[in-house]
Amino acid sequence: MPSLAIRVQNVKKVFRKRNGLLRRKIREEHALKGITLEVREGEAYGLLGPNGSGKSTLIRILSTLLLADGGDIEILGFRLPEHEREVRERVGRVSVDAAFYKKLSARENLLYTAFLYGFEKPDAERKALDILKRLGQDASRFDDPLEEMSRGMQQKVSIARALLVNPPLLLLDEPTTGLDPKSKQEVQRFIEDLRRREGTTILLTTHDMDEAERLCDRIGILTRGQLVAEGTSEELKSQAGADNLEAVFLKMVGESFEEAEKEVTVE
Amino acid sequence: MNASAIRQTWAFVYRDHQLTKRYWSWVVVFAFYALVNSASVTLIGVAAHDTRLTLTLTIGVLLWTFLSVLFNEIAMSIAYERWEGTLEYTFMAPASRFVHLFGVSLYAMLYSFFRVAVVLAGLFVFIDLSFRGANLFGILIVLLVSSLAFMGLGLIAATLPVFSPERGAEATNILQGVLLLVSGIYYPVSVLPKWIQPVSWLSPATYALSACRKLMGIETFVPGQPLHGAPLLAVMPDLLRLLIMGIVLIPVGLWIFGRVEHWAKKTGKLKRTG
Ligand SMILES: Nc1ncnc2c1ncn2[C@@H]1O[C@H](COP(=O)(O)OP(=O)(O)OP(=O)(O)O)[C@@H](O)[C@H]1O
Ligand SMILES: [Mg+2]
Repeated sequence: MPSLAIRVQNVKKVFRKRNGLLRRKIREEHALKGITLEVREGEAYGLLGPNGSGKSTLIRILSTLLLADGGDIEILGFRLPEHEREVRERVGRVSVDAAFYKKLSARENLLYTAFLYGFEKPDAERKALDILKRLGQDASRFDDPLEEMSRGMQQKVSIARALLVNPPLLLLDEPTTGLDPKSKQEVQRFIEDLRRREGTTILLTTHDMDEAERLCDRIGILTRGQLVAEGTSEELKSQAGADNLEAVFLKMVGESFEEAEKEVTVE
Repeated sequence: MNASAIRQTWAFVYRDHQLTKRYWSWVVVFAFYALVNSASVTLIGVAAHDTRLTLTLTIGVLLWTFLSVLFNEIAMSIAYERWEGTLEYTFMAPASRFVHLFGVSLYAMLYSFFRVAVVLAGLFVFIDLSFRGANLFGILIVLLVSSLAFMGLGLIAATLPVFSPERGAEATNILQGVLLLVSGIYYPVSVLPKWIQPVSWLSPATYALSACRKLMGIETFVPGQPLHGAPLLAVMPDLLRLLIMGIVLIPVGLWIFGRVEHWAKKTGKLKRTG
């Protein structure tokens, strides 16, 4: 039996928000309502779900940036939050927003990350250039400040940052959102190539159904903090009696709509 | 420290150095302002034809330049990352918070020395100064030892922007203002209103300043004669107080930082917005 890269059991997350005139009212936002999912080593798992369904929240919990309120989490055999450090050494993350020092160049931003993970300069530079080349980005822009780059270029640098340190687990939060068709292709081809070459485990969120079908072995549909369906795209289609993934998505998301969102107001 | 921890420390020094280079025009503007401000304060002593006062003001501006820049750079380090939006990526890296804050403090210290050098060079242009006879080595030791306490204070202040980026930056400035007021940088603490005076005992700058004045030889100064800086041994009580403050404040700062980080991960405050 292959071992598990991600084991998430009954994970919950609630955000408390203050609003009202005197900010006395506290609204509870149940972002994750008991998620259970497993991703095998080497597998690519796609998380689909409407805006605000909790995808990024789950990814943040897995990247040690958020503490879950309940449940069990194990990444590559390390429990969270106890083994934060071991997990941090093994996980790369790409978020929708390219979070960089905008005035610094790609080289400087990437070197900062490489040093942070304890890598040396020549190795890091070589690796970064290699990744960018495979992503279809030419090296001439390596020394340009990030703020002068287009969104697509920034996203490629963001992918290079996540991969610089050879993480066995890659968390991709909408890596192709906002990219043109060509860049999107390049990123998708790169991800396929990476899995073939390195066997990297991937957890990917996306709003692009074709991308999920193309890249993922299994797909989970998250709605209002709950996993409402899971399986290969074929399984999901036959389960929902639909002939494409978009129809599956709309059906699953629509059904869970009846469940009213719990809002607790505390005075 | 192992090789990896050294490289991680270097990551922060490297990053902050690159950022300083990219924001060089601000570096020049702030250095210019610090220089002009220091010169105008010191010239008060020159105008009064009082060398003793001039020396008191000079040591005041130099020490305050050093300590305020050090405190400010550390205190603002988290706020800068929030503005840039890189905080999550720095926090999810496998560098311990100690290494992180040590790296930030190390660069802040180098930057503070740079600022002091600029101000000092500028003062020599404006004013006929001579430090002959002063215990400059002793003053350097005081700067280094007082850095510890200011790093601790900086760490505590650095957590404030985690709660609210804007409010945190505001609070940092208020705190810096209070330190300037109570530490008697340009005047003896005894001229402050009685009820404020006890607060000055809590400020490490008070002891740093008292030690530096002795090491400069201001207290024993006779007009027309060279300075007679006190030996390091004479300021041991001040140095010891500073050392104890550092030894207490750094772990306290790290502990508070850890608690705030935990709280932020519980409530989702590390996120760029909100
Ligand atoms: N740091 C936070 N503080 C407060 N509330 C949050 C925080 N992060 C997420 N939320 C709330 O939790 C819910 C889930 O958000 P999340 O970002 O996980 O959704 P998502 O599935 O990634 O959506 P999208 O497709 O728009 O990226 C939302 O209602 C959001 O407002
Ligand atoms: Mg999201």
